[in-house]
Amino acid sequence: MSISLTVLTIFCAVNTLRANSLLSAAIWLAGVSALTAIFVYSLGAPETAVIELSVGAGLVTVIFVFAISVAGEEAIRVPPLIRHPLAWAISGLTILLLGSFLWPIVAITPAPSPAAATFGTVFWEQRGLDALAQIILIFVGALTLLSLLGERSKTGQATTISLKETIPPPDLSSNGRPVREKIFPPPEVIQR
Amino acid sequence: MSAATLPFVWITILGLLLAGLYGLMVLRNLFKLIVALQILVKGAILALVAAGHASGQIQVGQSLAVTVIVVDTVVAVVALALAIQVKRRVGTLDVRALSSLRG
Repeated sequence: MSISLTVLTIFCAVNTLRANSLLSAAIWLAGVSALTAIFVYSLGAPETAVIELSVGAGLVTVIFVFAISVAGEEAIRVPPLIRHPLAWAISGLTILLLGSFLWPIVAITPAPSPAAATFGTVFWEQRGLDALAQIILIFVGALTLLSLLGERSKTGQATTISLKETIPPPDLSSNGRPVREKIFPPPEVIQR
Repeated sequence: MSAATLPFVWITILGLLLAGLYGLMVLRNLFKLIVALQILVKGAILALVAAGHASGQIQVGQSLAVTVIVVDTVVAVVALALAIQVKRRVGTLDVRALSSLRG
């Protein structure tokens, strides 16, 4: 099972980068997150696995799909930033060095963890500052998102999009035509 | 997890880090760069949990991994919002178009 998980995870990661459309890349990334969550669970970290599955495979995928729907697809078929052989050489050398640093994960026999320490105890008491920083970071991220995506008028005043301004009031005079035509006008074609 | 499966975790970590690093160097689409960064961070999260498992402090490894997940999500959200603004102002997601320097 470990072999299949490893092969599947790397396969999904490669296909994420090779995907032609951004939507396909987002779906493959969700697969990578789900398989990473399985690995994390098998290492004895169920809480982290649940958070990784829900946030990485769920929330991040939804955010990507929303961003792709707003920005639109764009196929960029131009030479890469760095030539492929050079990129392979740099990344391969970096991974060799990282692999040597990470080898103790395999070489060291896992020691039994103290029975008294639970995830909640460690997260809220020993790493309380991390929890506080995460809360602050979430608020900062939400405010940054609102400021980046908020609409601005020509005078620089921040405005909010009101439904009353975009949807015209229905014209209920029939003039011999069915009322349904006037209440629901044909949708505008949005050209990107 | 048995000791026999730890090498596969190590291979997965290196594979994810390699894919993310290669994608960051080669890709030019802003959204795909964010995706490559996400893959890189997945490898880092797996490495943190594996290090906690190896050292016998899995709870500390979990806490650090949760912190990284939260930070990574916020970074992805802000980066996507910036990419949307770039698309609106510049008209493309190509990172080369963002450079105002002319050689």
